[in-house]
Amino acid sequence: MSSDHQHPIPSVGTYVAVWVALVFFTLLTVFAASKDFGSLNTPIALAIAVTKGSLVVLIFMGVRHNTPLTKLVAVSGFVWIMILFGIGMSDYATRSWIGVAGR
Amino acid sequence: MANPSVHGHGPDGPPASLGPATHHPRQQHHFYSMGQQLEASILGMWVFLVTEVMFFGGMFMAYIVYRNMYPIAFEASSHELNVTMGAANTLVLICSSLTMVLAVRSAQVGSRMGQIVNLILTILLGSTFLVIKYFEYAAKFEHHLVPGPNFTPELPMGSQLYFSLYFCLTGIHALHMVIGIGIMLVMLYWAIKGRFTPDYYNPIEISGLYWHFVDIVWIFLFPLLYLLGYHFNGV
Repeated sequence: MSSDHQHPIPSVGTYVAVWVALVFFTLLTVFAASKDFGSLNTPIALAIAVTKGSLVVLIFMGVRHNTPLTKLVAVSGFVWIMILFGIGMSDYATRSWIGVAGR
Repeated sequence: MANPSVHGHGPDGPPASLGPATHHPRQQHHFYSMGQQLEASILGMWVFLVTEVMFFGGMFMAYIVYRNMYPIAFEASSHELNVTMGAANTLVLICSSLTMVLAVRSAQVGSRMGQIVNLILTILLGSTFLVIKYFEYAAKFEHHLVPGPNFTPELPMGSQLYFSLYFCLTGIHALHMVIGIGIMLVMLYWAIKGRFTPDYYNPIEISGLYWHFVDIVWIFLFPLLYLLGYHFNGV
């Protein structure tokens, strides 16, 4: 008896290819950090980290084969943390503009 | 899938499109089918992982705030970290994610030996991560980089905040690794017992989701903590 939920099981080769990409991006981010790009170092590091994270979420965690509801929940994690950072920094980053005590 | 008119098993049984009339022994009675049961497990795990994202998110928020307040101190402190060890640990975790996903795949294709070998490798790689972390922490104590009365006075103001966040973030992450290894030991026991089949592998699947999540947290911690001051040339 098999389940009604059948998606193709990814091949070992697919997973190894993702692993190779993750190793490559790890070495790339170390190399990029050894150079001084001024204020761009952190955006470059974060772009590489997001790329690596996306590969893990989509392929290792298999979200691309999940139901739309699971995909929505997975994306909501990202959305909620952006709300946290966005509203958090809208406070801290703007305190100096009008001379509020505390910063 | 979410058809409100077909809740529960009526006298005619579940609709044909929702699964077979006879139950798999691992199918709980409140699910229509093994597929629905698997999707429910995965969805539930993802809801938990989103709460984990928010849990770590609070600490990342603190990191953003204090890094913006003390940018030089954060770069100078980050320069004190051992990039080689951090990078090695990143690679160890990436390898463990590969063995984890191969363990889940082994369950999906019905290879018991594949599950056992890959779970053991995952546990060993996770333990390697913790051993490397131990040596890093020990070096931080030796170099007076632990916040408190014995903190080195040579670093700029704000450095203790950086190291507080470093120990909080990596410490909580390491705790997740310890819990993950414990979960994998249970999965290994079940794999040896032959509990997982191509029809039923939910526990190893959602344990894998947890393991990959912990890997993703480290993927972000590594550049933000270790690489921040890699090219730092002094104040």
